Amino acid sequence: MVDSEQKQLVLILARAFASNLSTPTLLADARGYLVFYNEAAEGVVGRRFSETGEMPLDDWIGAFEPRTASGEPLPAEREPARFALDERRPAHLSFVVTSTDGVEREVEVSAFPLFAHTEEFVGIIVMFWRR
Amino acid sequence: MASVSLKIWGCRGSVPTPGSQTAGYGGNTSCVEVLLDDETALVLDAGTGIRALGLDLVGRGVRHINLFLTHLHLDHLEGLRFFAPLWNPQVSLDIWGPRSQVLSLRDRILRSFSPPLFPLDFRDVPAKVTFHDLPAEPWQTHGGLSLVSDLVLHPGPTLGFRVESNGSSVAYLPDHEPALAGIDGRSLDWLSAGAIARGVDVVLHDAQYTEDEYGKKIGWGHSSVADAVAFSRAVGAGRLVLFHHEPDHSDRELEALEQRARELAAAAVEAPVLAREGMVLDLC
Repeated sequence: MVDSEQKQLVLILARAFASNLSTPTLLADARGYLVFYNEAAEGVVGRRFSETGEMPLDDWIGAFEPRTASGEPLPAEREPARFALDERRPAHLSFVVTSTDGVEREVEVSAFPLFAHTEEFVGIIVMFWRR
Repeated sequence: MASVSLKIWGCRGSVPTPGSQTAGYGGNTSCVEVLLDDETALVLDAGTGIRALGLDLVGRGVRHINLFLTHLHLDHLEGLRFFAPLWNPQVSLDIWGPRSQVLSLRDRILRSFSPPLFPLDFRDVPAKVTFHDLPAEPWQTHGGLSLVSDLVLHPGPTLGFRVESNGSSVAYLPDHEPALAGIDGRSLDWLSAGAIARGVDVVLHDAQYTEDEYGKKIGWGHSSVADAVAFSRAVGAGRLVLFHHEPDHSDRELEALEQRARELAAAAVEAPVLAREGMVLDLC
């Protein structure tokens, strides 16, 4: 294995895939760090990835104040990306966020774990849609 | 502890190409020997070039061989069955290479060692063979040479290797298409094989296609000469050795490719060169 700074090949491939998608998509590594989101996602969150940089995914998501349709704060363990990271299983949920431009948006989020080999968890890929 | 020296026994891509049009750079497929000071051998890939290497190792009385396979496409494996040390019961052969998502290296290789692809089964092999799945922790010789592997962009599980000794280093990336995920503008952590090749003295890199040819073969797993130069520049390699020659390219066409690489790499530390059978690279 090479030093830990090198992204795992599955993440490199996933980034290339996401870069060519019009569906908002983000990637987090096995540590739970946001490592990339695509241009389509930039349009939804209102900030370029180059401005955001790598950061803990929980911190990034928390900034959007995720909440249920009735306005209750969304427990972290129900948030699909957190669930996929913790449980290493796919998850899907609709909830409400506030974008950096201050606009409230309802989004649908699907998160999938990425395994290079059966026991080699390398991160998650998250796709989301405005409802 | 010696510096790294390599000998190229095969540098053709995809399929062997014997004949007068390819005699200058050679028609055997990928095989590179890392020259060691002791009575062991370190070999990278088992293309058809390994047949002549095997005869040479027999002549040198080498009894312990470490063979590292980048992947199991036939042009990197087909010489193994005709590797003379394999048929010597006094030889121990450690084979290192990538497992797949579901099969071990051993199970994958044994497929090519059975009918109808080959008349004999692997259990008929007299040498003492041990298989090792990669990537794994860095491998080291008693003499201080180290080899590091990592998965790289090419169809199917494929590795690149970095060999270091006494401050000199070489990266071996015979089958690699980094452009598929981007080269220019990528930080090294997002560049396929970025860590393997970072700052090496020499990178042996896939340069199978002209730029026009690559446009028709994107996703096939190989690089254009321009992408090979871009990769070499991105990782800060001291010298680029163009490897995995397209089987349809004659010696004359390869030399045109080399000239193109030199134009593109005008500011490089050393001008790119074509890999050639019999070439020895001394990284001292």
